[in-house]
Amino acid sequence: MTSTRVARRAAARETTGGMTDPQILWRCYSYLRPHWRLTLGGYVLLFVINGASLLNPQLIRGIVDRGVENKDLQYLSWMVLALVGLTVVQGVLGYFQGKWIEQASQNVAYDLRNQIYKKVSSLSFSYHDRTEAGQLLARVMHDVDRLRFLDGRASMRLIEGAVMFVSTVIVVTYMNPKLAVLALLSMPILTLQAYYYSKRMRPVWMSLRDKISTMTSWVEQNLRGARVVKGFAQESAEIRRFADQNEDWLQVSVDSARVRAINDPLVVLITNISTIFIIWYGGRLVIQGGLTLGELVAFTSYMSQLAGPVRTLGRLIPMLTEASASGQRIFEILDTESEVKESPNAVVLPAAEGRVRFQDVSFAYFGRKTVLEDVNLEVAPGDVVALLGTTGSGKSTIINLIPRFYDVTRGVVTVDGYDVRDVTLSSLRDQIGIVLQETTLFAASVRENIAFGRPEATEDEIVAAAKAAQAHDFILEMPQGYRTRVGERGSTLSGGQKQRIAIARALLKDPRILILDDAMSSVDTETEQLIQKALERLMEGRTSFVIAQRLSTVRMADQILVLDKGRIVARGTHEELLQTSGLYADIYERQLRPQEVKELMERALRSGASENMPTSVTGIKIAVAGAVAGTGA
Amino acid sequence: MSFSIGTTSVGRGPGGILHGLGDDEDKGRVWDAHVVSRMLAYVKPYRASMVTAFVLTVISAALGLAVPYLIKIAIDQHIVNRDLVGLDLIALATLVAFVGLYASSAIQQYLLSLTGQRVLGEMRSQLVGHLQDLHLGYHDTHIIGVTISRVFSDVGVINDLLSQGLITLASDVLTLIGIVVIMLLMDPRLALLTFTVVPLMVVATMIFARHAKVAFRETRATNASVVGDLAEDLAGMRVIQAFAQEGTEQEHFEEVNRANRDANVRAMTLSFIFMPTVQFLGTLATAVVLFFGGRAVASEALTLGVIVAFLSYVTRFFQPIRELSQLYTTMQQAMAGGERVLELLDTRPGVPDRSSAVEMPAIRGRVELRDVGFAYRSAEPVLRDVNLTIEPGETVALVGPTGAGKTSISNLIARFYDVTEGAVLVDGIDVRDVAQRSLRRQMGIVPQDPYLFSGTIADNIRFGEPEASDEAVREAARMANADEFIERLSDGYETQIQEGGANFSVGQRQLLCIARAVLADPRILILDEATSSVDTMTEVLIQDALDRLLAGRTAVVIAHRLSTIRNADQICVIDDGRIVEQGTHEELLARGGVYRELYERQFVSASAV
Repeated sequence: MTSTRVARRAAARETTGGMTDPQILWRCYSYLRPHWRLTLGGYVLLFVINGASLLNPQLIRGIVDRGVENKDLQYLSWMVLALVGLTVVQGVLGYFQGKWIEQASQNVAYDLRNQIYKKVSSLSFSYHDRTEAGQLLARVMHDVDRLRFLDGRASMRLIEGAVMFVSTVIVVTYMNPKLAVLALLSMPILTLQAYYYSKRMRPVWMSLRDKISTMTSWVEQNLRGARVVKGFAQESAEIRRFADQNEDWLQVSVDSARVRAINDPLVVLITNISTIFIIWYGGRLVIQGGLTLGELVAFTSYMSQLAGPVRTLGRLIPMLTEASASGQRIFEILDTESEVKESPNAVVLPAAEGRVRFQDVSFAYFGRKTVLEDVNLEVAPGDVVALLGTTGSGKSTIINLIPRFYDVTRGVVTVDGYDVRDVTLSSLRDQIGIVLQETTLFAASVRENIAFGRPEATEDEIVAAAKAAQAHDFILEMPQGYRTRVGERGSTLSGGQKQRIAIARALLKDPRILILDDAMSSVDTETEQLIQKALERLMEGRTSFVIAQRLSTVRMADQILVLDKGRIVARGTHEELLQTSGLYADIYERQLRPQEVKELMERALRSGASENMPTSVTGIKIAVAGAVAGTGA
Repeated sequence: MSFSIGTTSVGRGPGGILHGLGDDEDKGRVWDAHVVSRMLAYVKPYRASMVTAFVLTVISAALGLAVPYLIKIAIDQHIVNRDLVGLDLIALATLVAFVGLYASSAIQQYLLSLTGQRVLGEMRSQLVGHLQDLHLGYHDTHIIGVTISRVFSDVGVINDLLSQGLITLASDVLTLIGIVVIMLLMDPRLALLTFTVVPLMVVATMIFARHAKVAFRETRATNASVVGDLAEDLAGMRVIQAFAQEGTEQEHFEEVNRANRDANVRAMTLSFIFMPTVQFLGTLATAVVLFFGGRAVASEALTLGVIVAFLSYVTRFFQPIRELSQLYTTMQQAMAGGERVLELLDTRPGVPDRSSAVEMPAIRGRVELRDVGFAYRSAEPVLRDVNLTIEPGETVALVGPTGAGKTSISNLIARFYDVTEGAVLVDGIDVRDVAQRSLRRQMGIVPQDPYLFSGTIADNIRFGEPEASDEAVREAARMANADEFIERLSDGYETQIQEGGANFSVGQRQLLCIARAVLADPRILILDEATSSVDTMTEVLIQDALDRLLAGRTAVVIAHRLSTIRNADQICVIDDGRIVEQGTHEELLARGGVYRELYERQFVSASAV
């Protein structure tokens, strides 16, 4: 909801057009500074080339007047040669001009993307909580491209158009002022036409693009939800819904086609009419002797040379507004201050023992109400702490404060007596291992994924970590073992396999403090047992904080914290809490116990096959007997 | 002297031209008669428009080519002979020609876009409609992104060819022939001399098209890796920060970013070579005309007007050549795209309605599986000899390990798939004898993964009953225990749901899916209980809502909760594609089989605490 609103606001800002803040525009150009040599070179060449193009029609004039009319054949040959030579020079210079300007602007894009990347990866979790990845991506790609275009070709074409216009005006006025006025009359019309046309069409194009993307995502959802669509027999309604959107698109699309059909050939018409004027009035002048035929030809040549750049001028002006809007969005990111900033006097946290303390800690997420209040907590090295509570009770908040993903609003979090705000982020996070429910793997080899936190780890260490995480066996079964590439976001692996790789990743770091979420997505019992074993091994001898979903975890905890509405309402061991806390008893009854059902059933079925029924043949026999008995009943 | 004739010449940067040239992904046939004839069928209703557009194309080409000739007359007959009145007339004639050119190209362009977009819309609608008819198995085995690109990209390319490509082809060929003929008629010797430049133009265009193809493929590929790397890192930013790997990841990004920059510069550089080359060849042609023509004029073998006209015609050679080379790739793409679209359109629904299928009468709710066997795509059977009878209003709980066949049973009852052996009967009627939609209209499903569509909350609850009143929607939400959280939202029932329901918790999504099923008021309900953990409070709400939803309906539940299982009228323990035990909770306990064992373990492990 918010994202569409933001997008709409952004679109509104984009299309309001008109004036742009010169400061923003200046900043857009400032990124060219490191590449000033290329830029300067490009613009110097621009002037040289412009001079050459002014010379061109003069050569033709000479050819017509002196070469052809006066039959000076030697002059003719020389001038034709000069014409070819001039084009070669123009071409060679044009190549360098284009290349330099392009290099400079591509460098700007490169620099900006790196800067944004760096910024974004330094911003704390609260920034990522309220920013959608899709939007950030659009900025890094789309907005940067626009700014690149502005700094490169767009500005070059603008200046080229302007320089060409002014210099041509001077030359043709010098040749024949009256004819010049007549000939140049069409130029402002062309610019204005292009300007208004682009201005009018851009919102239409944007709306077409939006409509297409709405339709695309609609079809995607329809396909993803095919089961629901079919289950409720809503195929016809869905077809109607799509037809409505399609119709909607068609309306806008046909409208835009009409406007385009009227406008596109109009440009040609204006240019051509202007040429008729030149021929007609110029022809009279030639007949009356006020102009030579060569001059007339040169005139039309100047005009046809000018038409393109002048039209581009009109088209580019609306883009300035857009580019600076893009700039503004980029600068917004670059100017964001991280809420979690390393203090300038931050020290390196020495190898930790793993004592964690929360002292009167309160916390509120960016601009929202308090989610933790007066939390006090003392965890001895090597202790396991289980956190329990409803969604929004503050469990995740507590674990997020330890690696300093957020800063406390009040109070202090200390590790081995160091306030986490007084140590460097990397030294703090290097000693904390995290395994979350939603496992993120990267598109890289299994090996690289395990070594993610310690790229310098040796092969033996990686294998040891994988073994401890119960991942070694299935890794070896994969086509290229540890070198197997894991698909995008780890899609070629099952949920349980991903989780075990994540555990290996945390193990390899050998952290003193461990944070984990033991809620498992649906995996089969066998896998779940493997994961459980891996987790237990991981927790051995480390200070561990577990968002607990499972009975087994809760039972092994040295301390269970029951959270409700941001406060710790009960603490103790499993046995203690069953006696003392009603909320805990309730959670136990409703959440911990029932969750074991599925697991137990599966275990019963599996072990039923292996223990009670010695061979598979008997297994099947008994199963068949059961089925028969079942139908009989 | 040059005039522009085509509309496509309007202000394209060098990049634009090369993009067109290099933009092809497919190496394939340029002409596939089968594809073309099937595609042309879509254009048929617009025959009149297309023919008109073609006639207008011929007129435009002719008018465009007439103008330089008019100018020639102006110079040779009027300016040289000092005939002011004649000059006025010629100017007027040219003006008329230009206005005519404008009108014909505007109308032609409008007709083409109109036809093209209508056809595009129709093809898209048809494809989406066809997708609704395909059975679930199709969607299970095809990547959604690929299917979407059929509906949008492939259809778009076909449309490009049908609406623009064919006319461009006609226009370009006519223009080229026209220029050649006129030039030959005006002065064969000078014409032949000038034509020597043409092969150079063709060769240059082809060489650059080939290089551009490679270069732009590279820019697209590197661009995709920048987007991919970035998307991945943004999604995994929390992990990156948690493992303090910002530095390494930054380095990696810079590497990908650099490759993209270099590819861009390389591709653009190509166009900075191509443009001057084109210009140079143009000048070369001009030089030929001026040099030889100039001499001829000096020796009075030729008039000045002819030279001026030649100069104008020469510049018009380029565009058609460039466009034809572009068209080649457009056609390749269109043929490949067309083939893919046809393949989709020709995919027959795996679960078709019989021609004799009747409407399912109002369902009472008796469901019977009789000797059912089933296999996905004729591979290993996933269900064997399944017999199961559910009386109206009964709840059956299916329990068993993952992959045992629980979901397959529920899929067969809703006829998402057809049985391989045996039959599924609803109220004694074989489900294959009735129209699928009339059957499912009386069924409801609550999927394991609570799926929501983007739109408002009300839209989602109303999904199965689009005509339901606001009051009915509210009532359904109340029954599903969803009203409380909905009413707390600032926009209430009008709250927009983000794609996939990302702005709601899993528990809330489940409640909304239950409300959806409540409103649809199905006679038969298929419920796949979610396994993901929700907090205690929501869990209570969900169980309570489910109890209400199940009451009085025939229900098949893929069960994970003990309470659901215990309350079921019948429990089927499924393993390895068979029903291994069947009965009520008490019966199964009494039998002392697998169910009892697992129940006891649950009981024992719970009481041992």
